[in-house]
Amino acid sequence: MASVAKEFTKGLWKEIPPFRLVLGLCPTLAVTKYAENGLGMGLAATFVLLASNVIIAALKSVIPKKVRIASFIVIIATFVVIVELLMQAYFYPLYERLGIFIPLIVVNCIILGRAEAFASKNPIIHSAADGLGMGLGFTLSLTVLGGIRELFGYGTFFGMSLMGASFEPFTFMVEAPGAFVCLGLLLGIMNVIGD
Amino acid sequence: MEYIVLIISAILVKNILLAEYLGNCPFMGVSKKMDTAIGMGMAVIFVLTMAGTITWVIQKYALDPFQIGYLQTIVFILVIAALVQLVEMFLKKSIPPLYQALGIFLPLITTNCAVLGVAIMNIRREHDFISMLIFSFASAVGFCLALILFAGIRERFEITNIPKPLQGTAIGLVTAGLMALAFFGFVGVDNALKAL
Repeated sequence: MASVAKEFTKGLWKEIPPFRLVLGLCPTLAVTKYAENGLGMGLAATFVLLASNVIIAALKSVIPKKVRIASFIVIIATFVVIVELLMQAYFYPLYERLGIFIPLIVVNCIILGRAEAFASKNPIIHSAADGLGMGLGFTLSLTVLGGIRELFGYGTFFGMSLMGASFEPFTFMVEAPGAFVCLGLLLGIMNVIGD
Repeated sequence: MEYIVLIISAILVKNILLAEYLGNCPFMGVSKKMDTAIGMGMAVIFVLTMAGTITWVIQKYALDPFQIGYLQTIVFILVIAALVQLVEMFLKKSIPPLYQALGIFLPLITTNCAVLGVAIMNIRREHDFISMLIFSFASAVGFCLALILFAGIRERFEITNIPKPLQGTAIGLVTAGLMALAFFGFVGVDNALKAL
């Protein structure tokens, strides 16, 4: 039981993507203009990660080594299509805002990385814990980054205006350059805290 | 004329990496040395143009007529994975030095979000065949350009004094941000060209 808990918590701090486990940079930069988008993307990715980790851990003994990566991709892609259709049906505004990055969850290095590095070699419960932990950590990172960028770039947080009427938006933060710089500086801060 | 606008837009104004946020993982991972950057860039140009074409054809002649558009993600990524495998085998047999030069970067291109991203963008933007070809090729050239520029800067990091917490990916991201800011100068060029 303790080892399962350990697999879950490592994704929340020690190996939190994308800061410590430097994977999944594209969606991190792209969807964090608004905290809400970050949260949505994180939850969608968590669903796919959890589901694919469980299925891959369950099937690991029957998947031939030669077609390993291709099988993982098929499994992951299936869940991505499920998420796509669910979001299109029940969360359409979010689906529109996340745009092309929803199908791109299938090439999110975190998901394929955990499948290869963990789920294909560990029991189902541990893989589920790993997937859930990593996914929630990713969601946390995206929401925090999105919150910072939205707060300084638009003056709002989750749509609620927080900075008052005289606030001059720091638009740099919500454009591409700001995304890179913000993530880089946050990464640096995480390294300072980590040590 | 509109094709020239498309090229300028894809390479400079809406650079697939610095403005559309696609292809960042290999961007950070492969740009530490110039020759690996060039190798990856060339491989991406090759694979992306082919992948864009094949996925476009499949969409037009298989997915759309049979109304199975929701399978786009699965079909596209499998096509890309298969294509990369085929390219690997082909290069190994017929152009071994090139295969050696590209090394492990070839299989890595499967998970490059730029490839799948451009393939999907071609469909979403309703490109015709020529536009699709030009957009795929130009986007990949833009990726290659950004990658090579970045590698050139990154090679100099070895001899500069970077504070310890920022070393590695952190300063890489900040630098990429400054590069993106520089490319920001091109915003509006495509509209100006269209008005000509």
